[in-house]
Amino acid sequence: MALSDRIQKWADERYSLSDIIDFAKHKTVPVHHESLWYYFGGVTLFLFVVQVVTGILLLLYYKPGIDTAYESVGFILTDVSFGWLIRAVHSWSANLMILFAFIHLFSVFFTRAYRKPREMTWVGGAFLLILAMGFGFSGYLLPWNELSYFATKVGTDIMGAVPVVGEPLLQLLRSGEDVTGATLYRFYGIHVAILPGIAFVFLGLHLMFVQRQGMSAPPAWEAADPKKRRTLQFFPNFMLRDVLLWLIVLNVIAILAVVAPFGIDPFHWPLGEKADPFVPAPEGIRPEWYFMFMFQTLKLLPAHIGPLEGELVGVLGFGLMGLIWILTPFWDRPRADGTMRPWVTWLGVLMLIYIIGMTVWGYLE
Amino acid sequence: MSEETRPSRRRFLDAILGGGVLAWLGAVLYPVFAYLKPPPETGEAVTSVMVGTIDEIPPDSGMIFKFGRKPGILIRKPDGSLKAYNAICTHLDCTVQYRQDLGLIWCACHNGRYDLNGKNIAGPPPKPLEEFRVDIRANEIFVSRTA
Repeated sequence: MALSDRIQKWADERYSLSDIIDFAKHKTVPVHHESLWYYFGGVTLFLFVVQVVTGILLLLYYKPGIDTAYESVGFILTDVSFGWLIRAVHSWSANLMILFAFIHLFSVFFTRAYRKPREMTWVGGAFLLILAMGFGFSGYLLPWNELSYFATKVGTDIMGAVPVVGEPLLQLLRSGEDVTGATLYRFYGIHVAILPGIAFVFLGLHLMFVQRQGMSAPPAWEAADPKKRRTLQFFPNFMLRDVLLWLIVLNVIAILAVVAPFGIDPFHWPLGEKADPFVPAPEGIRPEWYFMFMFQTLKLLPAHIGPLEGELVGVLGFGLMGLIWILTPFWDRPRADGTMRPWVTWLGVLMLIYIIGMTVWGYLE
Repeated sequence: MSEETRPSRRRFLDAILGGGVLAWLGAVLYPVFAYLKPPPETGEAVTSVMVGTIDEIPPDSGMIFKFGRKPGILIRKPDGSLKAYNAICTHLDCTVQYRQDLGLIWCACHNGRYDLNGKNIAGPPPKPLEEFRVDIRANEIFVSRTA
């Protein structure tokens, strides 16, 4: 008996691997005109793994603290062998992860894949996107440069505008009234420990739901005669396509990291000047691109709307929109004849136009 | 044990157990949340600082100074008079600056504008800047909280 067979037999006797192998052999993926969108969740997951690996590598040299954070990022960039590459891959892959998560989210929205029985996969996925944005927000401060310092001041101050819980939340995030070294320590803890811990739980649940329920397919495919439905074996066919795509994405990131280690204007992350609370905010303070549509909206709102401050109206508006968005599967259910309401698609298109339009406007200003 | 007493005994035990779990959760979570809340900042609040001498700030210019842990802005108007404000924009916490070309106080984050009396005149700031008192003693500029 070959060594590999003996190892398999040894493991099978103890862990009943044949059950898992049998399950994998029978797992299939629906094939239809919307199958392309299945790959975007996988790419997002792959980029998350890239984030974890490069994040751990950066952790070995990064030193939080107002006297060390900026200096240690500089050290990684200039003194550590390939430090610039690891940081560039971390930054590029972070941005691409959010981009792919957005594409994944909108593809699920437009294909209505959230409909029963996958409501909680959608809710969990939306929560994962919020977590990803939390990763972006907390990671932004870590280099402790001018841009990140003021962007964090603005971002946390916006949270402080939320009624009742805003002020305690602001204190909790900043670890005090102002953005200081204590905030940096806190964001570091949030970025490298708290968020990864929560993300692993939600990612595990998200993947488990997908595994248990299989991939969503268009109603026409589901209604077809099971013998006539086109499917693809998950192992190895779909998996190999997934892996090939991951490889392509990794190569693209490698090229981007080498060609543009600090990003491409306007999506760039230069180290810049060290944060100093006693210099005026520099021009061009702006958040990461995925916060831009909210930032631009807040910028356009007047100081007061009726009796309320404009900022508060903006924050409440976005909070409400986010909640409605997360709860989509519960208000957009199939009609009696099984079809979905077309106006919900138009709502999604409007939202997409708003997000893209405001983002472009924000960068043009 | 009679049939009638059983449900009430069960309810009683459920209540004790449920209450116990809640109390336990409270006992675990309270210290965690209390720990996350930062302790109050120690040290006396600054009420007055010496910013510099009058020769250091020419007319029609502004400078940022430390007022305790927060930034303040001192402005010398074109007529030579001095004004000082809390330099934190009332909109979203950025640090403002004096713009000679515009002749006003400006916040780079969201294009908020204040006149030289600290009044919010354009952009998103909802309130005027907090004004400080300026005293000159033997050529030295002292800034203090008015209230």
